[in-house]
Amino acid sequence: MAIPREIERPQPKLVPWTRKLEDVPWWGLIILLAFLFIIYLIYTSATYQDAFLFLVVGVKLTILVTLISFTISLILGLIAGLGRVSKNIIFYTGASVYVEVVRGIPLLVELIYFAYVVTPLCVQLMNSLGAFMLQNTAIQPLMGLAHTFTNLHIQDVDVTVRAIAGLAFGYGAYEAEVFRAGIQSIERGQMEAARSLGMSYFQAMRYIILPQAIRRVLPPLGNDFIAMLKDSSLISVLAVRELTHLGKLNRARTFRTFETWNTVTFLYLIMTLSLSLLVKFMERRMAFEE
Amino acid sequence: MKSSMTGPLPMDDDIIIIEHLYKGFGKVEALVDVSLRVKRGEVCFIFGPSGGGKSTLLRCINHLETADSGRIIVDGIPVTHAKTNIDLVRAEVGMVFQLFNLFPHLTVLGNVTLAQEKVRKRQKEEAERVAMELLERVGIPEKADAYPAQLSGGQKQRVAIARALAMNPKIMLFDEPTSALDAEMIKEVLDVMLDLAKEGMTMVVVSHEMGFAKAAADRMIFLDAGRIMEEATPGELFKNPKEERTKQFLSQILY
Repeated sequence: MAIPREIERPQPKLVPWTRKLEDVPWWGLIILLAFLFIIYLIYTSATYQDAFLFLVVGVKLTILVTLISFTISLILGLIAGLGRVSKNIIFYTGASVYVEVVRGIPLLVELIYFAYVVTPLCVQLMNSLGAFMLQNTAIQPLMGLAHTFTNLHIQDVDVTVRAIAGLAFGYGAYEAEVFRAGIQSIERGQMEAARSLGMSYFQAMRYIILPQAIRRVLPPLGNDFIAMLKDSSLISVLAVRELTHLGKLNRARTFRTFETWNTVTFLYLIMTLSLSLLVKFMERRMAFEE
Repeated sequence: MKSSMTGPLPMDDDIIIIEHLYKGFGKVEALVDVSLRVKRGEVCFIFGPSGGGKSTLLRCINHLETADSGRIIVDGIPVTHAKTNIDLVRAEVGMVFQLFNLFPHLTVLGNVTLAQEKVRKRQKEEAERVAMELLERVGIPEKADAYPAQLSGGQKQRVAIARALAMNPKIMLFDEPTSALDAEMIKEVLDVMLDLAKEGMTMVVVSHEMGFAKAAADRMIFLDAGRIMEEATPGELFKNPKEERTKQFLSQILY
């Protein structure tokens, strides 16, 4: 997506820094003060420091899980979103069932279901597939694969992997609706113009509709990324050692409820607020370019 | 599918053959038993009151609308036949829309080259050479790197014409190409269309620009309530229209 080169842009006016301060909202200042207070506590109080050092490890996993799950959910969402606007009845029905079913389940339940129902089912399926291959093949490399399949245990599938799959699958349904809305927001004339030039439906989607639609849905996608970062706390029920789970562990370890959950909250807020600032900045830039 | 859609194809000089076309939207009858033949190189001008089915007829020719029944054959290919690869027909039929429908995320050059590369499979250099020639022809080569949002309405429509011409179509369809333009921009678009007509392009034009009809049309077709009411050369039609309805309509739009 190229940025228009010749659009006249209003030159940024030079504003004295005192005037810029007026743009800072009061709620921003209050949050900033609270942050400073917690940072002060972490520096001065030994219990806070202990909690912080224990918990900050979980931040890494929270971010990692969110990044991977969100990327997969984007791919799932794009495919399902295309299905939702497709005239192919099978593609449309498949995508609709996926979106409606997943959106109708609480994310927490969906995660548990994925971890304790879908994963064991998949493992069993692969066991049977391995057994079938052992009986019916004589090819050496396939035999190796068959042995791996038969020997697979449910415990071999890491809870983090199950959590990532669950989050991605759940959020894919939401992203599907975002992509669908984006595609449908593009004027019908765009598709007609592309088709009238002899492009296939797929080409028109690929070169005309999607580049415009994706641009339009970037802000809601950014918001969904933040939402997923928060919802990743749900995977603590699967004992994935991300921030919230470490919070529970720290409380059990030290019996310091206040310090633990203050620090957990603080760490989440640091992540979400800075991300939402980024999304706001992005939105403003894009409004400028349109 | 009715049996008339699969009958033998008439082979003759008519590049567009429309036979007994019916099209309805819900309870509204947009086209009722419309039959029409357009010769190679002919400029066919369709006019009539809004809601009369003009645009629908045009959009049936390149299958943007699906006919309920009847048969359409474009350059020997049956458009209405279920097994026809419609993309092949559309590549030969250029279309210009009332609201331009330029691709806003591409430059003018990108608008004119994209389909050449993706559909005609031309190399980038060749597509750009063709595009620049056409932009030259419609009079705005200097806007090649601009985005559609930076163009005036008339410039946009000229780019849209260049975009359609870049596919080397055998037929050009114009769907009210000047209706969304400011008065002072209409002429620049009509001039381009007039040149095209002189070069022998087969054109089907839906429009209210009677001046263009007088200057360029070989035949005028008055479409009202989904039916072809009258068909004549511009000379005949303006001097003595046969149908009462045509007279009435002309008296309403001509000063």
